[in-house]
Amino acid sequence: MQLTPSTASVPGPAVSAPVLEVEGVSKRFGGVLALDDVSMDLHAGQVHALVGENGAGKSTLIKVMTGVYQPDTGEVRFQGVPTRFARPRDAQLAGISTIYQEINLVPQLSVARNLFLGREPTNRLGLVDFDRMRAGAIRMMERYGVSVDVRRPLQEMSLGAQQTVAIARAVAEQHRVLIMDEPTSSLEPSEVERLFAAIGMLRSEGVSLIYVSHRLDEIFRICDSVTVLRDGRRVHHGPVRELTRLSLIGLMLGREIAESSRITGFGDEGDVAGGEVLLEARGLARRHVLEDVDVTVHRGEVMGLAGLLGSGRSSTAKAIYGAQPIDAGSVTIGGQTVAPGSVRAAIRAGIALIPEDRKAEGIVPGLSVRDNITLGILPSLSRFGILAGKAQDAVADDLIDRLHIKASSRDQKVSELSGGNQQKVLLARMLAMAPRLLILDDPTRGIDVGAKAEIQALVSELAARGLSVVLISSDLEEVVEGSHALVVLRDGAVVGSLQAGEVSAERVVELIAAAAIAAAIDEVPEALGTDDPTNGGEPA
Amino acid sequence: MSASDVAGPIPPPAGLPTPATSLTAESATRRERAAALIQRTGAFVVLIVVTLLGAIAFGPKFANVNNFLNIIEASSFLALVAIGMTFVIIGGGIDLSGGSILALAAVLTAFAAQSGESLAALLLPLLVGGAIGLANGLLISRGRMAPFIVTLAALLFARGLAFAVADNGNTVYIIARDLWFVQLGQGSLLGIRWPIWIAGAAFLIGWIVLERTRYGLAVSAIGGSEEASRLMGLPISRVKIAIYTVSALLATLAGILVAARSSSGLSTIGVGLELQAIAAVVIGGTLLTGGSGSMMGTLAGVLLLGVIDNLINQVGTLSEYVQFVVSGAFLLIVVVVQTLLTREQRR
Amino acid sequence: MTELVAAQARRSRIEWREWLRENGVYVGIVVLVIVNVLLSPSFLSERSLRLQVVQVVPVAIVSLGMAVVIGTRGIDISVGSVMAIAAATMAAFLGYGPIPAIIAAIVACIVIGLINGGLVAFVGIQPIVATLGMLVAGRGIALVIANGKLTEIFDPMLTNLGTAAFMGIPVVVLITIALAVAVSIIVGRTTFGRHVLATGGNPVASALSGVPAKRTLVAVYVLSATLAAIAGILATARVKAADPSYLGSLIELSAITAVVVGGTPLSGGRVRVAGTIAGALLLQLITATLIRNNLSDSTSRMVAALIILGAVYLQRDKGNT
Repeated sequence: MQLTPSTASVPGPAVSAPVLEVEGVSKRFGGVLALDDVSMDLHAGQVHALVGENGAGKSTLIKVMTGVYQPDTGEVRFQGVPTRFARPRDAQLAGISTIYQEINLVPQLSVARNLFLGREPTNRLGLVDFDRMRAGAIRMMERYGVSVDVRRPLQEMSLGAQQTVAIARAVAEQHRVLIMDEPTSSLEPSEVERLFAAIGMLRSEGVSLIYVSHRLDEIFRICDSVTVLRDGRRVHHGPVRELTRLSLIGLMLGREIAESSRITGFGDEGDVAGGEVLLEARGLARRHVLEDVDVTVHRGEVMGLAGLLGSGRSSTAKAIYGAQPIDAGSVTIGGQTVAPGSVRAAIRAGIALIPEDRKAEGIVPGLSVRDNITLGILPSLSRFGILAGKAQDAVADDLIDRLHIKASSRDQKVSELSGGNQQKVLLARMLAMAPRLLILDDPTRGIDVGAKAEIQALVSELAARGLSVVLISSDLEEVVEGSHALVVLRDGAVVGSLQAGEVSAERVVELIAAAAIAAAIDEVPEALGTDDPTNGGEPA
Repeated sequence: MSASDVAGPIPPPAGLPTPATSLTAESATRRERAAALIQRTGAFVVLIVVTLLGAIAFGPKFANVNNFLNIIEASSFLALVAIGMTFVIIGGGIDLSGGSILALAAVLTAFAAQSGESLAALLLPLLVGGAIGLANGLLISRGRMAPFIVTLAALLFARGLAFAVADNGNTVYIIARDLWFVQLGQGSLLGIRWPIWIAGAAFLIGWIVLERTRYGLAVSAIGGSEEASRLMGLPISRVKIAIYTVSALLATLAGILVAARSSSGLSTIGVGLELQAIAAVVIGGTLLTGGSGSMMGTLAGVLLLGVIDNLINQVGTLSEYVQFVVSGAFLLIVVVVQTLLTREQRR
Repeated sequence: MTELVAAQARRSRIEWREWLRENGVYVGIVVLVIVNVLLSPSFLSERSLRLQVVQVVPVAIVSLGMAVVIGTRGIDISVGSVMAIAAATMAAFLGYGPIPAIIAAIVACIVIGLINGGLVAFVGIQPIVATLGMLVAGRGIALVIANGKLTEIFDPMLTNLGTAAFMGIPVVVLITIALAVAVSIIVGRTTFGRHVLATGGNPVASALSGVPAKRTLVAVYVLSATLAAIAGILATARVKAADPSYLGSLIELSAITAVVVGGTPLSGGRVRVAGTIAGALLLQLITATLIRNNLSDSTSRMVAALIILGAVYLQRDKGNT
């Protein structure tokens, strides 16, 4: 195979050969092409950002690099040698560490034991030398400016400290590549600074980092180069400094800014906002997740929740549905308050939700299509607890027919259907509950184009019939074209809302970028403040 | 502390050396720590309280050295099984085969003792018991089968084998008293019976292995998060095989001691002993979800069950069966309290 | 080419395993019946057959409840003690007549089931631990109620229940069949049954679809305890004595074996009622076959152990594919 030096465009700080290269990798899952001929490379001492929306293929790419998946075509080279890691552990042993959001350490064990697990210092009797272990652990943590009681269990530490433990352990094991997946997503601002200092130190030691984040300000602050994925394809690969915030958001969301001023597919003829208010969510708040989010939906309106991955759009949906605990805030439907934190109360009030993760939170794989469709309304299809088979069949058949669900029969197991048809089954389950408000969290993720179009058309039709919809999508085009009005979120807070007639992809991108820039400016004095040793406190 | 920096009436937070201290970030609150403390030492406190109450209620009839030694001796067989169980549970598993293996070992000891060789009487049960434990470990680690089911099968198998050796319970092998190993059950050293010494030594060794060796640390890491431990390069299969083999060997040792003490091998003993062992371990503060626990807690749990047993006998008027009710209720209360405490810590 | 053949071979192997998992228990029964008939034609005599089915009754009834509990990813190891409580309570209340005694026994066991279910559903304790506590405490409760003694039962109605036959079929067997049909209907045709399967199949998805998961769990443990109570009552009626010390001892193991051998996966979401009954029958046949051929009860336990391992091993592959 001829090697094309695609690396030429990436002048990393090191001129050496790349540490890790991915060459023309494709990976298919059933009918979905998760990665389509993706290449990237990583040099020593480089911090490389990997960005993209939900389902763009970031996590698949990481899993190919770390041996969780094997590529269908293409190859991965580690330190110049073509490599196929059979298991994650092989990648780990070779020197590639992944630091996940849920940190891969043992929470009950102390910091010191986590740092030294499997290679504890021992004395002459073969017993573990705790004094030496503690001293070593304290030294390792202090290198990263964290002083903790290393004898206390890891789970008592803040997430920032836990992350430092993971990083320190990886470095102590001489790992050359660190993959960080959303490392800052639940850190306090001061901890983020600490992490960035550690990243700087790692870089100067020649460790390479792959940094997955959707916080643009972070990417512009600490990354040297960036790979942007969209729909499984690499849409950009190059130095960060060649991009602006606006162009990066455009790349991620798949809209050239110039052509993105398309107006919502609904047009602005139907002035639904003037109609009756159905849902009023006020001041939804949860520490680290949501910050004072308001959402209002009118009867027959499709309200889009726009924002990047991790912006709080799914949490907002779940908070309205009672599936995300909230510290404060209220939800009312048609003037009636819905008891917070109770899914059943939300369902009784007429709210239905199709969750983001179809497999884990949606289908019940062992049950038939019919049983999955009628799962939420079984009591109403039964008499004295005995199911009326005919009534159940009728509901199922009607919805299978109306939604064009392709199943061999209503008795087929739902796990045997394609992703798109499983999604339609979930939609059918929620429609069977005759909701007044339907929340769709990324309803077309990972399903084929045909089914996608069908589901989009269906949502429009339902709204036209008077159903209110809250729509979330990782595809900006889908939200913009499918919604009457939009609420734009960033970091768990509302950064703007667009009324009917104002909805356009351009406006959304502008709002997110403006908020990102504002946040970046905010951070400068804060960063200075923590560097100043005389400044003990933190700005409130 | 650099006093010159601290001007003004504000109490000096600046005594701390670097800004990093704001990141020390131990999010544990006092309540969480208290919860953890109760979990670690609760069993000992309850043991002391129950013993004191017993002493107050029954006076010297209960509170005398001989009675205490009796309690400890009676507990020593359970103790051996519970030590193995502590490793199993901290490692994230469960072993239901302990009681059956104990009975099998007792029968095999008595059977082999017919040869007149003490060594044979010791080696045969250890060989068979070890093999069953090894099979458990292999099926669980390499066969990736649920520990609960595998050891359930071992429970049936070992009990069946014990019955088979004892000719369906029709034969009770009597051990000749002149074999030296009988002393392990009946003799004493410094006025204390051998089973107590052996169980005590097992606790000490178990404690050192669990707390002070790489192997022990690996056991709790695997119980805490098998996935993370695998990624950190621990030899999961080897550790698990060792856990179940040692658990079976300790139950075997208990069976040998029972046989030596009673000079016979009965195939019907030890039914439900594994459940008592689990109860002792759980009462001792070891979480059934794995990952953390303590050998000393298990010691307290075993003794607590022994003291309760003894106290119920002291009452006399109480039906002896109240003991089951009390230990079962005790187990449930402890688990409920533990669950609530863990919730508190995770909040 | 070779890859294609290999893939086909692999697929047929998977299908074959799948088939064995579903139907192995029936194959086992047929094989054992044939073996027994060949060895001694008297096996098919009415007396011999009746003995087999009567002996299987308690395990079969308890297994029905166990199958439903396992369908929710749970386990109930307290069933043996619950049987003992039922027997002891019934004996204690027999002075008020047989019907009140039976009702009292069932009510007592429903309370136990409520406690089990409450601990699992609301406190969040692992099922094996919650029911372990009840296993230990329950046996003690039974012994306390009966004051540790075996109580002989002379009530004519109960004696009749234990020994009478209707059209040549023992009443206890008819009751077992009725209960199996009832559980089959509950699992297959009721709202509750669907909620059980959904909760076991995907707890998160069920909760998000408004399935009352906690209530369902409590009800499942109550059902299991109720069936165990009935098993205890029938067993007591048959032997004409309430034996709180040994009644139902270790029956939880046989019941779990019957359920697993019958093809109900331990991972939940599926309950096979007919398979469970067949599983109980298979265990009984194994014991009978071995005993008839002068192999002991002890050997049958060892064989049962190997059968459990084999059945679970077959199920294990399902989890991995």
